[in-house]
Amino acid sequence: MAELGGGGGGGKKKGGKVRVKKSSTRIDMTPMVDLAFLLLTFFVMTTTLNKPQAMQVTMPDKPKDGDEQPEVNEKNVLTLVLGENDKIYWYMGITDPKVEVADFSATGIRKVLLEKKAELPKLIVLIKSMDEARYKNMVDILDEMNISSVQRFALVDITPVDKELVKESQL
Amino acid sequence: MANFRSAPPIDMTPMVDLAFLLVTFFMLTATAIPDEPVAVDTPSSVSIIQIPETDVITITIDPKKRVFFNVDGQFTRAALLDKISERYGIAFTEKEKRSFVLMSSVGVPIGSLKQFLGLDPEKRKALEQPGIPVDSLNNELADWVLQARLSNPKVRIAIKGDSDADYKTVKKVVNTLMDRKVNRFNLITNMEKGPDAAAALANQQKELGHQ
Repeated sequence: MAELGGGGGGGKKKGGKVRVKKSSTRIDMTPMVDLAFLLLTFFVMTTTLNKPQAMQVTMPDKPKDGDEQPEVNEKNVLTLVLGENDKIYWYMGITDPKVEVADFSATGIRKVLLEKKAELPKLIVLIKSMDEARYKNMVDILDEMNISSVQRFALVDITPVDKELVKESQL
Repeated sequence: MANFRSAPPIDMTPMVDLAFLLVTFFMLTATAIPDEPVAVDTPSSVSIIQIPETDVITITIDPKKRVFFNVDGQFTRAALLDKISERYGIAFTEKEKRSFVLMSSVGVPIGSLKQFLGLDPEKRKALEQPGIPVDSLNNELADWVLQARLSNPKVRIAIKGDSDADYKTVKKVVNTLMDRKVNRFNLITNMEKGPDAAAALANQQKELGHQ
């Protein structure tokens, strides 16, 4: 009952004259309250409170013919190759690189990135992804760039040379 | 003295007031969870950017390499369907237009769109949608995006990929966007918790301070 322990209607007064029994002006609010809470529960449950986060990605314009490409010292280039089973193959430079493997944990690729960043202020990271990699890997690596605040990185198509390097490394 | 033994009266009016206040609040702010044809488990990231609530194209990529297209706003959707029908020479009935405006993601080739829209909502939900073609020869996603941007120039593009979606499909979608000179888009992710997130947050705030 919405009105707990109420007077329970206009009862007879003790020893008074017998009067016409007045009907109660109290309304039982229980069903209304039930309904209110039912609706409340429904809306609380169906509302999407946690809105998804988003990560902004800005890709470069596709180079047109005749566009001048800036030249980069290969010593500053770190190439990451995202492979299957959440592996990251990485190597520095382009000529005769030494391929190593890392994972997505805090001691994995992040350590590499932070070390290289401290060593080379002009570090450029090229992210290449094999077709077997998962979408999660791509998001995670972009996240790592964000965490280790590497400013210059690019998502690049993988080349047969990279695939060959990864295969040869047998990691 | 009938009241002597029973509990004292409690006035429940404030509670009821509060309950109705909350009901009203939730009713007005609620946007029901949209009925998506696929459940997608997005990867998590430390990013703290919120995607806008309106004027968003959502491109969903599921683990089975299917691509779905969604754009919000009933007016945008109506205009979009008109443009698609013009471009592909398919006439849609009023009923089909109405069901397109009210539904969420589409994942059928435009060729079978008319038939798909003609189905009952129940049957449509049960149907396994094959996904929108994104191959270089038959890239309907490019058309969807282009026409949606013509219908509503303010729209932004968000990619909602499943953690297990393969990179090949994602690359196709990204290339499709880049071919249309859409170089800036959002990847929808979950919020990540833990020390990484705290460190990244500090980083992001520091960067914002520098700018």
